[in-house]
Amino acid sequence: MDLYYLPAHELHRLLVRREVSAVEICRAVFERIAAVEETVRSYLTLDRDGALARAAAVDRELRAGGELAPLAGIPFGIKDNICTRGLVTTCASKMLHNFVPPYDATVVERLNAQKAVLIGKTNMDEFAMGSSTEHSAYFATRNPWDPNRVPGGSSGGSAAAVAAGTAICALGSDTGGSIRQPAALCGVVGMKPTYGLVSRYGLVAFASSLDQIGPITRDFTDCALVLNAISGHDARDSTSAPGEAVDYTSFLVDDVRGLRIGLPREYLDSGLDEGVRQIVKEAAAVLEARGACLEEVTLPHTAYALPAYYLIAPAEASSNLARYDGVRYGYRMPDQDNVIDMTRATRRRGFGAEVKRRIMLGTYALSAGYYDAYYLKALRVRTLIRRDFEQAFEKFDLLLAPTTPEPAFPIGDKTEDPIKMYLSDVFTLAVNLAGLPAVSLPGGFLNGLPVGIQLIGKPFAEGTLLRAGYTFQQSTDHHRRRPPLGGGGVSR
Amino acid sequence: MRDYEAVIGLEVHVELKTASKIFCHSSTAFGGTQNTHVCPVCLGLPGTLPVLNRQVVEYGIKVALALNCEVARFCKFDRKHYFYPDLPKNYQISQYDLPLSYDGYLDYQTDDGRTHRCGIVRVHMEEDAGKLIHREGGKGSYALVDYNRTGVPLLEIVSAPDIRSAQAARAYLSELKTVIQYTGVSDCKMEEGSLRCDANVSVRPRGSDVLGTKTEIKNLNSFRAVEKALEFEIARQIEVCAAGGRVVPETRSWDEEKGITVSMRSKEEAHDYRYFPDPDLVPLVISPSWIERVRRELPELPAARRRRYQDEFGLSEYDARVLTAARETADYFEECVRQYPHPKVVANWVMGDLARLLNAAQVEIGECRVRPGGLAALLRLIDDGTISGKIAKGVLEEMFATGKEPQAVVAEKGLVQITDPKVLAPVVDRVLAANPGPVADYRQGKSKALGFLVGQVMKETRGKANPGLVNALLKEKLDQ
Repeated sequence: MDLYYLPAHELHRLLVRREVSAVEICRAVFERIAAVEETVRSYLTLDRDGALARAAAVDRELRAGGELAPLAGIPFGIKDNICTRGLVTTCASKMLHNFVPPYDATVVERLNAQKAVLIGKTNMDEFAMGSSTEHSAYFATRNPWDPNRVPGGSSGGSAAAVAAGTAICALGSDTGGSIRQPAALCGVVGMKPTYGLVSRYGLVAFASSLDQIGPITRDFTDCALVLNAISGHDARDSTSAPGEAVDYTSFLVDDVRGLRIGLPREYLDSGLDEGVRQIVKEAAAVLEARGACLEEVTLPHTAYALPAYYLIAPAEASSNLARYDGVRYGYRMPDQDNVIDMTRATRRRGFGAEVKRRIMLGTYALSAGYYDAYYLKALRVRTLIRRDFEQAFEKFDLLLAPTTPEPAFPIGDKTEDPIKMYLSDVFTLAVNLAGLPAVSLPGGFLNGLPVGIQLIGKPFAEGTLLRAGYTFQQSTDHHRRRPPLGGGGVSR
Repeated sequence: MRDYEAVIGLEVHVELKTASKIFCHSSTAFGGTQNTHVCPVCLGLPGTLPVLNRQVVEYGIKVALALNCEVARFCKFDRKHYFYPDLPKNYQISQYDLPLSYDGYLDYQTDDGRTHRCGIVRVHMEEDAGKLIHREGGKGSYALVDYNRTGVPLLEIVSAPDIRSAQAARAYLSELKTVIQYTGVSDCKMEEGSLRCDANVSVRPRGSDVLGTKTEIKNLNSFRAVEKALEFEIARQIEVCAAGGRVVPETRSWDEEKGITVSMRSKEEAHDYRYFPDPDLVPLVISPSWIERVRRELPELPAARRRRYQDEFGLSEYDARVLTAARETADYFEECVRQYPHPKVVANWVMGDLARLLNAAQVEIGECRVRPGGLAALLRLIDDGTISGKIAKGVLEEMFATGKEPQAVVAEKGLVQITDPKVLAPVVDRVLAANPGPVADYRQGKSKALGFLVGQVMKETRGKANPGLVNALLKEKLDQ
């Protein structure tokens, strides 16, 4: 198989055996980019020279007899809302079109410490607000399985890159499903870790109490390796969880015997494609056949997750995005008479429609007279949703659910109707409200499009997710299928 | 005027002198080249996160306890939103409904000697904003922003509306400053902005227990401004009410030059700050043991010290007040008393000659080259007769100027008192011979003449003669 389609752990083995060099891997990925990027359009920024230099440094170290870290020499795509020192970080917004961070996000520092090779910054919905990557201020990313369809979002560029072979691994961020939903639609593994497991320092905030960075990879071994690299306490993030480092690869065992897995009734009863429902049931059967115990469970407040999410996330966003005023960095609307006009004009021109919609929603929810009825009530609902999960986890180790109601939808299908778009995340956002870890993995295909299944775990039980996901992938080969991407043209 | 009384509450902001800012590692040093004490966090760059400086909490607890407040076991930080270029995130991290501490009081004295108690509603922590520098040039006026001050820790101390006059407001503020300086957490320099004060004031008919409509006065940059602005504003409001008008709820600014308050904005234009809990910061849990440790480490506060100076040292209320007004002065005084246990004498020197020298040279007592040990040594030299009290004043000046020890000054300048009768006898003889008139006067019973003769001997010896000995020698000769 082509180098660019191998998972990181296999590339690592080839590197260590000197069967391939890091520069060769890097070149293979850039050749792949040259062939398919015009079709997929995953990247906002590519750093070919920097990447090749970093790869060459890995080769030098290898020649000098150094031990290679598991991710050394592995080409990475980083979502463009994660700060990279010296490399423009736009959040796919006009507002930050020229913002070059003077510092690296903690996760970038940690990947750099392993000598992973950052190759570029991936496209996304502006400020991570969206589920299709169509809300990028620059261009839409396309689904490698069908370029007329969306890759999901907001981490659509990262998921599409891993699926298309234009990155080996990628980082995304997940506020209401932004890693899992595009991973599902692109047929890759995308994990949202427990809130607090991965430092948010350097992640441009959308909704601080929900945001979490996580890996997008081809299989669970890579997922564990990336998680090993990026997780762990960071003193620069007050919400970062304390605790000793965990070796997540130790959970990669092909065995789910005795694991109790709940199937949340509310996620399977309504509002999803019959084919997706079937795939979830088949996945349940696979795990059951391997010795897991499956049973239905109820999460009674599920219906309130979406409305609560669309109060809490915009409320925090309206605050987090207040800093973009044209005064210190980023876009500034020129030739204004005073600072108030400048701030207004800058925000009017610098933000896209979806971002402005959410800022207005959130501003409203926090306003005097509405705070109690909206924001505070949403916080109460959040507590109820967390309790639903706590109760479920008294009986179960894991929950199995669909990731999305349907496979990838056509480009333009939902852009006119925000509510339709928001419903793409209906199965993912409760997990963010509860702060839980969850992972989407390829569960099957419908009409040639990948369908994701979602495993949800207890807080800090990423290991259990890895164990179940790894076992599932030992018994299935959905994750080994590659999109039918030539280097060829796309119908528009 | 007499038919009305004023109701005043003060909101005081105090900058804490921690080494680094409240949510990052940048320096809090005052001054400095613009935008050099900054980092990605206090500049609010995308992706950065605040991390609470625990020293700020410690200092906050200290002040809260000094103001007799309850310290919350659990508090949190909230975001206060408003767009202004000196606020890099366009929100300020502050504390809204669960502040660090609440329900305290401060006793203070007005000039008439009466003691008043003012309630403290709350003391909370927040971050400071930057500074705008307005300039003219190019196409017109423009503003530059200096973010050095952004993120410097502040305590906001909100008083109850318990103050009844402009003078009392000043006295409260003065006592508050002294108390905070005692805790050592702030310089409280109004001129550098490390202590800032906004005043809320309303008037009502005397005897009424209903609050009138208040105005808020800003831009009060000195104790005097607080008093003058309140005097003006109280008179203005009374005038409005007496004429049957209504006070408009608004924010007013003190115009120092014109001596008036002017309307800034009405309360209808007031911001909706959209406070909500800052999701980047975790709630702060303060353990009882932490509070108790801070309480144990709290220094003796000015009120207690004043009482002790009267009870233990027998000082007057006035002396006790002057000596305790600044912690450094009181510490100096006490160290001196420890080495020279005559409090009244030390008090006279510290409040008299030393204070005069410090004032003239514009030097703080902390930087004074005469250390407490030096002053004590000087006073011992008087007691053991080495020098006279009069000579001592000159020695103190020399010590103040050069930082030398008193013994050294006395030795170098040859100021040791002449106590040897054999040395003084010839001088006495010379003076008697040279002044036959006064000698005759004395012998005719005019005892006043003795003083003149003593003066002459002192003059001859350039003040070094022991006055008692001179007296005795003269009498001995004259009475022969």
